[in-house]
Amino acid sequence: MAERLRLTGISKHFGAIHALNEVSLSVDEGEVLGLMGDNGAGKSTLVKIIAGNFRPSHGEISLDGEPRDFHRPKDAQNAGIEIVYQELALCDNLSAASNVYLGRELRRSFGPICVLDYKAMYRRAAELFALLKSETRPRDLVRKMSGGQRQAVAIARTLLADAKVLLMDEPTAAISVRQVAEVLELIRRLRDQGITVILISHRMPDVFAVSDRIAVLRRGQLVANKPTPDTSPEEITGLITGAIHAA
Amino acid sequence: MPREGEAMTTTLEQAIGQSQHRNFLSRIMGLQVFWVFLAAVLACVTLSLITDTFATERNLFNVTRNFAFVAIIAIGMTTVIASGGIDLSVGASVVLSAVVIGATMEAGYPIWAAALFAIGAALVVGLVNGILIAIVGMPPFVVTLGMLSFARSMALVLSNNKMIYQFGPDHETLLWLGGGSTFGIPHPVYALAILTIIMSFVFKWTRWGQHVFAIGGNESAAVLTGIPVRGMKISVYMFSAFTAGITGILMVGWLGSVTTNLGTAMELAVIAAAVIGGANLAGGEGNAFGAIVGALLIEVIRNSLILLGISTFWQGAFIGSFIIIAVGFDRIRRLRSQD
Repeated sequence: MAERLRLTGISKHFGAIHALNEVSLSVDEGEVLGLMGDNGAGKSTLVKIIAGNFRPSHGEISLDGEPRDFHRPKDAQNAGIEIVYQELALCDNLSAASNVYLGRELRRSFGPICVLDYKAMYRRAAELFALLKSETRPRDLVRKMSGGQRQAVAIARTLLADAKVLLMDEPTAAISVRQVAEVLELIRRLRDQGITVILISHRMPDVFAVSDRIAVLRRGQLVANKPTPDTSPEEITGLITGAIHAA
Repeated sequence: MPREGEAMTTTLEQAIGQSQHRNFLSRIMGLQVFWVFLAAVLACVTLSLITDTFATERNLFNVTRNFAFVAIIAIGMTTVIASGGIDLSVGASVVLSAVVIGATMEAGYPIWAAALFAIGAALVVGLVNGILIAIVGMPPFVVTLGMLSFARSMALVLSNNKMIYQFGPDHETLLWLGGGSTFGIPHPVYALAILTIIMSFVFKWTRWGQHVFAIGGNESAAVLTGIPVRGMKISVYMFSAFTAGITGILMVGWLGSVTTNLGTAMELAVIAAAVIGGANLAGGEGNAFGAIVGALLIEVIRNSLILLGISTFWQGAFIGSFIIIAVGFDRIRRLRSQD
């Protein structure tokens, strides 16, 4: 499959602190990459660089073979990189469809008056939920939803934007076992749509269940980047803690 | 649970149609507005039966007009509360607007120009509130508390604390506007009806309305989704000040004079009306119709105490109880929905 995202020699320094050191990594179209590492290993910094929150001190990002320089998160979004935040950016008091379309609502005009086109938004949102095989209904309030359904809403948002790369920050951190299965299923659906998913997680079983490849960061260095079948939870744990130097 | 093929297409239609698995009746019963409305209607019926003074044309005229003043601002306040803020400066905006229209008309300006000045003054108050809250990042409570003091003081300075009762060439027009009636209905009620219809529409059917509720629901989510939160907040405080400005003009017309104690403590009645009508002080909830029903209930209680010959000192106790009952109701509903 075609290469989607490539990072070449990415470094990030905050004053004297080297958060990332010469990280090079590439992800293909329709591939799920599990990004692992201990707290402070540089995962968040790397994600923020890809999402355009930070600019790297050195190194280059390219998307579909084209070099990119993101100054703002909006630049990354326009290029097709979307992020699903850990503290899901949803409004509890609004419906699922309203959340999916928040900030880019569909409108219809009657002469000079422009009104929200709820019918079209409900329809498209229902299609997206169907695509994700989620039981979420467009009119339901997010307040009444399970963790898995909330993830579906957050992910449907990114599908609407035609995302090429989806960054998911700990999507399974605070939800029940049954809901975890639901979220992992969502990730597989996204992969089937040809979307590249970068999954940042602490949960070893989840990463092994869905990822095609696993990359491990330790103290700002990339210490492993292996196909999932070629490694084991034990090896990854060793790599994260430093018991195994590199693989 | 995954479903395949044919089952999927039928459920798509169902999914769009379904909302909360509740029928019409149970949805109505779950609305705070319904219960408040019921309470207001019950109070009206009871009063009509036990007094012969309530259901008179004169009294009903007064009740509707009086409640319209609070209700107009309560719609502005509901918008602010729905966005997660609060505006304590509305009473001060009322008196500032009243003094500005009074003073400019006394100086010989026509009513339309004077009204523009008055609303302009109120909008400046809203703009300053909005900038300090949205851009400087100060808490709304403190900013609008300061503005309450500042704007009221400006009204005193402008009028030199003198009563204004001569309104120049358009004197009669102003009195007609605020104190007159058409087809037996006082003019402020028309203003309220128009505003309610427009804002009910705006809340539900416009991007602006949707964004107000999104900001109140989860402000950081609103920022992340690219909603212009700062501009939205400024517009919300300006709208609230606008409703206060309109009310100031109408109140001058009704009273036939401007005194600087106009609108004192009005912010409390307005907030009470909004909260009783279903606005959630935590943000993200509220509706225009609820605000006017809340204001109606407060006015009916006030009126009934007078008619029943109960000391008006009791008024605060009743209104206070209703606020607490309204919040208690919301609490119960929340607990129930968690089960």
